Amino acid sequence: MTPTLQLFLIVSATLFSIGLLAVLSRRHAIFILIGIEMMLAAANLNFIAFWRFSSHPQSPTGVMVAIFSIAIAAAEAAVGLALVIAVYRHYRTTNVDQLDQLKG
Amino acid sequence: MTRGIVANLWLIPVVPLAASLIILGLANSRRNAAATLAIFGQIVALALSILAFSLTLQPHSFRAVHNFTWFTFGENGLRIGWVLDPLAAAMLVMITLVGLCIFVFSVGYMAEDKNFTRFFAYLSFFSGTMLGVVIANSLLLLFVCWELVGLASYLLIGFWIERPSAAAAAKKAFITTRIGDLGFFLGILWLYSGSGTLLFYDDGRGCLESAALVALGASATFVALLIFCGAVGKSGQFPLHVWLPDAMEGPTPVSALIHAATMVAAGVFLVARVYPLFSFGAVNGVTPSLTVVVSIGVITALMASLIALGQFDIKRILAYSTVSQLGLMMVSLGVGGVAAGMMHLIAHGFFKALLFLGAGSVIHGCHQEHDIRKMGGLRGLMPITFLTYAVGMMTLSGIPFFFSGGWTKEEILHATLHWPASHVPYYLMLAGVVLTALYMTRQMIYIFFGTRRIASEGAHESSRVMTMPLIALAACSILFSIVLTPTWPWLRAYLTGERSQFDIAQLIQPMLFVSLALAAAGIGLGFAIYGKAAEMDPLERAQPALFRFLKNKMWLDELYDRTVVAFSRMAAHLSDWMDRYVWDGLVRALGGLGQIFGILSDNFDERGINAGVDEATTGTRDLGRVMSAWHSGQVQNYLRVVGVAVLALLILYAWLT
Repeated sequence: MTPTLQLFLIVSATLFSIGLLAVLSRRHAIFILIGIEMMLAAANLNFIAFWRFSSHPQSPTGVMVAIFSIAIAAAEAAVGLALVIAVYRHYRTTNVDQLDQLKG
Repeated sequence: MTRGIVANLWLIPVVPLAASLIILGLANSRRNAAATLAIFGQIVALALSILAFSLTLQPHSFRAVHNFTWFTFGENGLRIGWVLDPLAAAMLVMITLVGLCIFVFSVGYMAEDKNFTRFFAYLSFFSGTMLGVVIANSLLLLFVCWELVGLASYLLIGFWIERPSAAAAAKKAFITTRIGDLGFFLGILWLYSGSGTLLFYDDGRGCLESAALVALGASATFVALLIFCGAVGKSGQFPLHVWLPDAMEGPTPVSALIHAATMVAAGVFLVARVYPLFSFGAVNGVTPSLTVVVSIGVITALMASLIALGQFDIKRILAYSTVSQLGLMMVSLGVGGVAAGMMHLIAHGFFKALLFLGAGSVIHGCHQEHDIRKMGGLRGLMPITFLTYAVGMMTLSGIPFFFSGGWTKEEILHATLHWPASHVPYYLMLAGVVLTALYMTRQMIYIFFGTRRIASEGAHESSRVMTMPLIALAACSILFSIVLTPTWPWLRAYLTGERSQFDIAQLIQPMLFVSLALAAAGIGLGFAIYGKAAEMDPLERAQPALFRFLKNKMWLDELYDRTVVAFSRMAAHLSDWMDRYVWDGLVRALGGLGQIFGILSDNFDERGINAGVDEATTGTRDLGRVMSAWHSGQVQNYLRVVGVAVLALLILYAWLT
């Protein structure tokens, strides 16, 4: 079975869906963060796949975008974790169902 | 020096006015302070007047004016000012001197009155406003002071306001003079539109100087007649004389002030002041406006002296005598004898004040009795009053040589005789002189001669404070004749600006004998008719109908009551009816219309606008409720929405491509 673009896209779509499912259904904030990371990974996979199967696979543009994206994802994870800790300190919980201060 | 005095001429009226204001602020109990202040103000005004008078004692005709801009509107400035000339200076001295005597007399006469301080405040005010009339160099300023004089007379005539008759008399005086003032004001407006200035003298630009008179042209006659209306009202000339006898309701010093120094003198003074308006365009010394002045004067003089014969109130007789003397002055002004008229005005100021104060002394002695039928035989009981009153009576009757009134009357008769238009006024004036002597003799006999009647019981001479002014005024009446004789006609020369000469040969004039004979005839006739003691008035017995006619003042009051008053009452009723039914109905109808509109717009508001706004708010609220349900604050809910939306967009995209 030769690797084709469709195959990569299916894998990345699956990965994105799993991440989305995690974000929407898990109650713990850390799991939501993990879900977000999975969706980002799916996006990175798309970048690499589209670059690899494009008409100019020689120039390393896709890799560079992916590396940028990973760096930003790392920063975002740090910010997200810090937020989680701050929220925990304030509310003594990380269960997002109990955090409804965004309303209104 | 001259300039400074003329520029500060305003001090003369302002000093009594300031005294009046201060007295008004005093407590009711501070009688001495009030009287002292008023008399002091009058003395200062007298001193200043004499200072100003001394300035005018120059061989040539003296006239100095001080004009300034009162206020500016647009391009035009309204200018007023004061003038000092022989006319004004002589009046100033006369007013302040007579005023001073009256003020002093009032201290005694009003001693018992509870509103003593208020009385002196009003007296000072009266005197100050009259002085303002005299010095005014602008018809407007004169008019302002003129109206203030009217106000002061209103306050003083109605001083005993608790008496209904006094209140009515005050009202009558005010309204009657106002009728004349309406004409006066129209005259002022006409004059201003015609000549563009209201200043009397303004270096050739004033309204009494030739340029303005030429600009006025023929309308000068009408302006003069309109201004004369004011003089008719103020000076009690026919047909507006009715207020003057009623003004006797005021305290006697007030009557003296009104009849001698202020108020009525203002009218004669006004005519003398604006005389160039009257005499402009004179043919042989006669103009239509002057003829009117003469006619009114003759009618007034004769009518008033006839009415005086039928009166029993001591003050009313004097009041009618004032009316007739004012008529005489008007005749004199009308026939061209301005100096003679003014001389008589000044002489009249002295002797009429004397007569009124004498009457006041009599009334005071007889316990406030006014009816001469109840007096009698007071000669022995009140010797000083009798003697001074006799001086006043003979001056008024026109006995020459010793009494000023005789000389001035002779001057007036002389001027009247030489009037080119007609000799009728002259002969009527002769009759007037006889009548004057007759009614004064009648009054003298009733009061001082004959048997003592009810009111004479317990009569006593008045105190010194009241007799001193009487003596002073009697002295003035006699001594004043020194400057009036034809031998040395100083006052006439002073007023006309000529040079006076001493000429003993001029002492004997034919006219002198005429006036002496007439006065003697009047007095003799008086003694013949009234000399015998009788219960009934001899005239009443002889001619009951005629006497009733005179006693009832020729029914002029009744005539006015039936015509003018009835007419205005009818007009008042008509306008009341119009107000009540026509205008009120109209206003009510308009109001009803407004109400209907109000109800309509209220309904529209309630049902239309309010309901719409209500609908909008409930809609917004419901929407908000739904929306707020969506905003659960749950991050995952938001994300779900985002996810569903992305999915929907994807499906839409796929379906479209």
